[in-house]
Amino acid sequence: MNRSTSLFSRRAWVVLAACTLVAALLPVLHLAFPDGHPLHVSGYMLGLVGKFMCYALAALALDLVWGYTGILSLGHGLFFALGAYAHGMYLMRAIGRDGSYGSVLPDFMVFLDWKDYPWYWAFTDHFWYCMLLVVLVPGLVAFVFGWFAFRSRIKGVYFSIITQALTYAAMLLFFRNDTGFGGNNGFTDFKRILGHSITDPGTRTTLYLATLALLVGALLLCRWIVRSKLGRVLQGVRDAESRLMFIGYDPLAFKLFVWTLSAVLCAIAGALYVPQVGIINPSEMSPANSIEMVVWVAIGGRGTLVGPIVGAFAVNGLKSWFTAAFPDLWLFALGLLFILVTLFMRQGILGVLPAIKRVLPRRRPAVATTEETV
Amino acid sequence: MSLDMSSGMSIKRDGVDTRHGAILYLDDVTVSFDGFRALNKLTLDISVGELRCIIGPNGAGKTTMMDVITGKTRPTTGSAFFGQTFDLAKMTEYEIAHAGIGRKFQRPTVFEQHTVFENLELAMKMDKRVRPTLFARLSSEQEDRIAAILRLIRLNGEEDRVAGLLSHGQKQWLEIGMLLMQEPQLILLDEPVAGMSDAETARTAELLNELRGKHSIMVVEHDMGFVAEIAQQGKVTVLHEGSVLAEGRMDDVQADDRVIEVYLGR
Repeated sequence: MNRSTSLFSRRAWVVLAACTLVAALLPVLHLAFPDGHPLHVSGYMLGLVGKFMCYALAALALDLVWGYTGILSLGHGLFFALGAYAHGMYLMRAIGRDGSYGSVLPDFMVFLDWKDYPWYWAFTDHFWYCMLLVVLVPGLVAFVFGWFAFRSRIKGVYFSIITQALTYAAMLLFFRNDTGFGGNNGFTDFKRILGHSITDPGTRTTLYLATLALLVGALLLCRWIVRSKLGRVLQGVRDAESRLMFIGYDPLAFKLFVWTLSAVLCAIAGALYVPQVGIINPSEMSPANSIEMVVWVAIGGRGTLVGPIVGAFAVNGLKSWFTAAFPDLWLFALGLLFILVTLFMRQGILGVLPAIKRVLPRRRPAVATTEETV
Repeated sequence: MSLDMSSGMSIKRDGVDTRHGAILYLDDVTVSFDGFRALNKLTLDISVGELRCIIGPNGAGKTTMMDVITGKTRPTTGSAFFGQTFDLAKMTEYEIAHAGIGRKFQRPTVFEQHTVFENLELAMKMDKRVRPTLFARLSSEQEDRIAAILRLIRLNGEEDRVAGLLSHGQKQWLEIGMLLMQEPQLILLDEPVAGMSDAETARTAELLNELRGKHSIMVVEHDMGFVAEIAQQGKVTVLHEGSVLAEGRMDDVQADDRVIEVYLGR
């Protein structure tokens, strides 16, 4: 019986540690070597990887609900954006009087001729209060929405459509200037975070390392959850929800738990994203963004946790190259990639690994593993 | 096969008040779907420790009756009680499961992606709220209980197999095993031998005979040979058009003219 208590196999631990080490080494190379040196990592590269790690965290969060619990969310971009906006409020306040109008109010509020901050901006000049908002606001939105949706036993494609509508409605709301979040321009032109210049290499390195730490931490947390009995209950929700009810589990409670947790993780990804990318606007809530997140998960391999991280890196890496080389063709390429993966690689990129192992007859030559026959 | 499950398998009365000798009462239950009466003033009771077989043609209301008992469907009128105190019409599916009613579906429903062991582990009677589930660890007694059930349902040696790979009959037994893990007072079995081979059917009859007297059991079945084998001298209830047509020993029921007309003589 292989019910070991370790989170990963030994080999997986080694791979995970190696990847973390390499990722942690990039900012060191960035700081240690001057421009032009062969080992120098550019600030652009560092920003790119930092951004990808935020996407990877969002994909990981999505996998928890989609891959394991079978709840397909087409609105996770909302939680990502809410986290980003919550952090963005602090970053806007931290600009101080360095805005174009020299006012304590952000430029967009001066432009609207507002005399004071609206009530919901109260205390947002405190960093830790905004960090609290990063977790609480998207968590609360997810909890309330989930409570009504799951209690009404809304499932499958109906649930997906409603999440899509939810993020779309939020996008329209945030596009309005009167909402008080900068309308279609959103938040940008950040100057500093906790007193440090936001463009300073030291600040960027710290943000990068914080992102890495949270991504790895979230991976371990998610892995621990899916390997617990609760993880098996979540898969039960996905595979046979009525059986689960008739053996005495309340699916509503389990769905709400994982849904809210996923939203919070996604929001943290958004909060890490905004200072590194330097802008957040309502287009992050557009339905297409949320769908793109689903594509990362599908391409990486749903229900594997590591797969979505790989998928987020692979797809966004490809996107960076494609949008530079053939900017008009990216959406076609993404669509084609999605179709190919759906048709030929049901388990995504991660599903290819066992296949490669089979081709290379190294260890355990004649193991017909059970997963393949399912 | 001997079973050493000293306390686990005796008839448990904790929580369920069965002083009047009955574990389940359906009184005048009617269920209407848009005017169609799936159940029509159905009155039925099951005694503690009884193995009751329910037969009836398609559309007689057998599955609807199970839905009412397990909280999936609410009675339009009438009442359904588990023991003296549990009003089934007011409870959710999982509350009813906790109170002590286990249900096997017509189509075997197990967690196909989980192993046999994990299926049984998930079903085990314990605190099934979110937090205790997150931190749950199997004790050695619990492992022993799972091992005992594995032997009972003849799946020992298969515990690490993914349930989706089991044969149809094995899935049916696994599902029965999952019910037993819940330690229910009342077990509802919806066509437990549908689609089974003769050998599997015989084995299932053997299994139910082992459970006889240890749990109250209600079996809904089409297969008359199987019913005759497990009903023995016990009561058989014939449902027709949502209410009880006849009730009595198998021989008497089979001899009943009305039963022959609506069901057996088809």
